[in-house]
Amino acid sequence: MSETIEFKIDGRKIVAEEGKTIVEAAKINGVYIPTLCNFEGAKPKGCCRMCTIKVNNRFMTACTIPGAAGMEVESNSEELNDIRKGIVELLFVTGNHFCPSCEKSGNCELQALAYRYQMMVPRFPYVFPQKGIDASSPKIIKDQNRCILCQRCMKTIKDEKGRNYFAYQNRGSKLAVVLDEKMGKEMSDELAALAMENCPVGSIIYKENGFKKPIGKRKYDKRPIGNEIEA
Amino acid sequence: MNNKISRITKRYSEDPARLLDVLHDIHSLKGYVDDDDVEQLAIELVLSEATINEVISFYHFFSKTPVGKFSIYLNNSITACFRGREAVKRALEESCGTTFGSVSEDGLFGLFDTSCIGMNDQEPAAIINGLVFTKLTAFRVKELVKGLKEGKPVSELIYEGTGGGNNADKDIQSMVQNNIRKGMLLLNRDYHKFEVLRKELKQHSPLEVIQIVEDSNLRGRGGAGFPTGIKWRFGRRVDGKHRVIICNADEGEPGTFKDRVMLTEFPELVFEGMVIAAYATAADIGLLYLRYEYKYLLRFLNRILGEMRTEGLLGKNAAGIKDFNFDIRIQLGAGAYICGEESALIESLEGKRGEPRDKPPFPVEKGYLNYPTIVNNVETLASAVKIIKHGAAWYKGFGVKDSLGTKLLSVSGDCRFPGIYEVEWGTSIREVIEMCGAEDVQAIQVGGPSGVLIGLKDIDNLGASNLMKWYKPSGMMVAQKFYDRKLSYSDLPTGGSIIIFDKRRDLLQDVVMNFMDFFIEESCGSCSTCRNLPSVMKQKLQKIIGGHGVRQDIDDLLSWGKMIKVSRCGLGQTAANPIVSSILNFRDLYEGHVQAMTDFDNEFDLEKSVQAANNFVGRKSVFHQN
Ligand SMILES: Cc1cc2nc3c(=O)[nH]c(=O)nc-3n(C[C@H](O)[C@H](O)[C@H](O)COP(=O)(O)O)c2cc1C
Ligand code: SF4
Repeated sequence: MSETIEFKIDGRKIVAEEGKTIVEAAKINGVYIPTLCNFEGAKPKGCCRMCTIKVNNRFMTACTIPGAAGMEVESNSEELNDIRKGIVELLFVTGNHFCPSCEKSGNCELQALAYRYQMMVPRFPYVFPQKGIDASSPKIIKDQNRCILCQRCMKTIKDEKGRNYFAYQNRGSKLAVVLDEKMGKEMSDELAALAMENCPVGSIIYKENGFKKPIGKRKYDKRPIGNEIEA
Repeated sequence: MNNKISRITKRYSEDPARLLDVLHDIHSLKGYVDDDDVEQLAIELVLSEATINEVISFYHFFSKTPVGKFSIYLNNSITACFRGREAVKRALEESCGTTFGSVSEDGLFGLFDTSCIGMNDQEPAAIINGLVFTKLTAFRVKELVKGLKEGKPVSELIYEGTGGGNNADKDIQSMVQNNIRKGMLLLNRDYHKFEVLRKELKQHSPLEVIQIVEDSNLRGRGGAGFPTGIKWRFGRRVDGKHRVIICNADEGEPGTFKDRVMLTEFPELVFEGMVIAAYATAADIGLLYLRYEYKYLLRFLNRILGEMRTEGLLGKNAAGIKDFNFDIRIQLGAGAYICGEESALIESLEGKRGEPRDKPPFPVEKGYLNYPTIVNNVETLASAVKIIKHGAAWYKGFGVKDSLGTKLLSVSGDCRFPGIYEVEWGTSIREVIEMCGAEDVQAIQVGGPSGVLIGLKDIDNLGASNLMKWYKPSGMMVAQKFYDRKLSYSDLPTGGSIIIFDKRRDLLQDVVMNFMDFFIEESCGSCSTCRNLPSVMKQKLQKIIGGHGVRQDIDDLLSWGKMIKVSRCGLGQTAANPIVSSILNFRDLYEGHVQAMTDFDNEFDLEKSVQAANNFVGRKSVFHQN
């Protein structure tokens, strides 16, 4: 049994097992810290920067840093919430996100965060980048217009040898997450469904299974994201 | 199965951690890596093809398509641009019969842009098949391409003969110049190779060595300024089956070239420093990460390592010290500025994309293959040798209070004597300007983008001036009113890049834009902020320069510049600095561009947009206003 530690988030007492990340510890204690790239069971990488918090007046990512005894974490502040809202806006303008026509609408974490942070008109101009769609796999569609490069599929969708179905390509502003051509052709239905489920947005769509649950009855249609954590 | 490829993977024991070397060898064999090679590598290294492609596409000097029999990478740093890069580029395109970013039809020439190659004192420069050609002109390009077409070997075409010093060594044979303008402690011919390893080192216990380095107050010269002694002590304390010393010779910060000169003229000093660091920290694995751009030094450096082994300075009982086993391997990079960041460098050493790791854990705790790892800059390690040789007290006789010793400055841009100046810490910007013979100076870029995080605490304590509030040990455009400020860790820290711009230069359109392009190109891309904000900000700057900006746009840039600070590593955290520091120091330039009378500009001017078409067809549009 590992030891229990105590620290504070926005003045509120957090009790958690030693070694738990701040995001995990917060969750157990009913405090919601927004995340996009973080995924339970996968090694955190701090890609989306949504869970940015401040410790000792320095920015850190709550998904990668374990809580430490006596730590004082600042999370729900005006400054940090504005940065988080800014990141959501940035992801919207640098992709092509048309919620009304997206199969993931209502289950999409990006959309849900935009609601949560009450995004109206993004502060950044729309970029309208030219992006492609890879439909070569018989099981899934990989739509680059919607990809937020969170790495969740890269980290969780693997074959029995541990090889990745998804990987990065290029770098910087040209970065993309692509499906391995050969492995994509031999993907199982289970894995395809899982890939879609693990994708926070609508970039991975399991083919021939559209709109089983109608928009309006989906996860975030009634209640905001984070609601399941906050009492 | 292609036997040649199999032989290569076997050479590295089919170890996926050596993927970079495997890819380098395939490039040497055939110039690029094709799909069949990737398929085979995937099988032999047990990786998915996408994983291998992910690595190839990360590095600038790896390619999935042919790059030409002669691949020409022309540096696009700002100094190159100001030294006539455009004419060189045009001459290359004309004589090679192709445009930049592509390969000529006959497959002979490939033309590509590349980020600063560490030759800022002799621009414009290019890398052709791994060899460096400097001081290019349109004329020289034509001669050069003619020679290549005639089948002369690339090495015979260096028009000025070999450069001075070891550039003429049989294993280098390069036309690169050292341009050492001022030496002091490091750039000093009064150096006896490996003397410290043979003599002084044995007189101290490892802990004493650490103590001496700590007493000397030596701080990292790679940019972040972390106290070296403390890093060593920390690294020694962490348990591990192995311990690793890495010499960071990735030197990618635009405008720096001091490590290149150190490695050319004093490689023994650098290796000696690595052995000392290993002795002090009980490390057994030594790695020097050499940026691809300096590949022309590789054979020379390996020869010296060979000599060290023969002389018993490396290997078992290294330097004659019982049970001290330490050797050094040089890892060649493949073109990625971000690999200079220590955790990205470690990822790259492990055969992966050079994406920085989240910290903690820091490399001293979990670094290369999860062993405790100490990463030090070339100059830091070289300084340590001098400190062990002459003692901490001696070293403290140089520099100023919080910044002891000397610093190698890489000076370039608009001045008469670009090159390397070794100065004491505490030297003012004004003195640097005088030293290098610069006139009519408009601005000075002190420190390109580089290491951050750790030095930050001291800087926060300084508070006061607006400038300091923004300061990160990197990219800072300094205006005249600050010329009396001193180079030191508490005032103007720097990794050593000093680029001078005189009054002819357009700071916004040319300089700031060039720096932003650099970040856009070199970001690893994994942080949402660093991947996207620099281009969004550049677009906004373009709007301002184009005359469409309003005051609010300047404020937006400042506030977006704050947002990018939440990025993971120093690259992202400083990527807005060119814009932010130029707004803070040269606000007039921005004010001159924005429309003072209006608060809103829709960025789209219908009349202007249709002008060109109208002119072409010779008619006039009628615009209906409502
Ligand atoms: C984007 C980026 C690029 C860097 N490039 C270099 C480099 O080229 N050489 C270097 O020595 N340090 C570089 N650094 C700093 C290293 O991360 C690290 O702090 C340094 O190598 C430690 O050595 P030192 O303590 O001797 O300075 C870079 C840091 C960042 C964030
Ligand atoms: S800040 Fe930029 S370069 Fe650094 S890890 Fe993030 S995306 Fe990569």
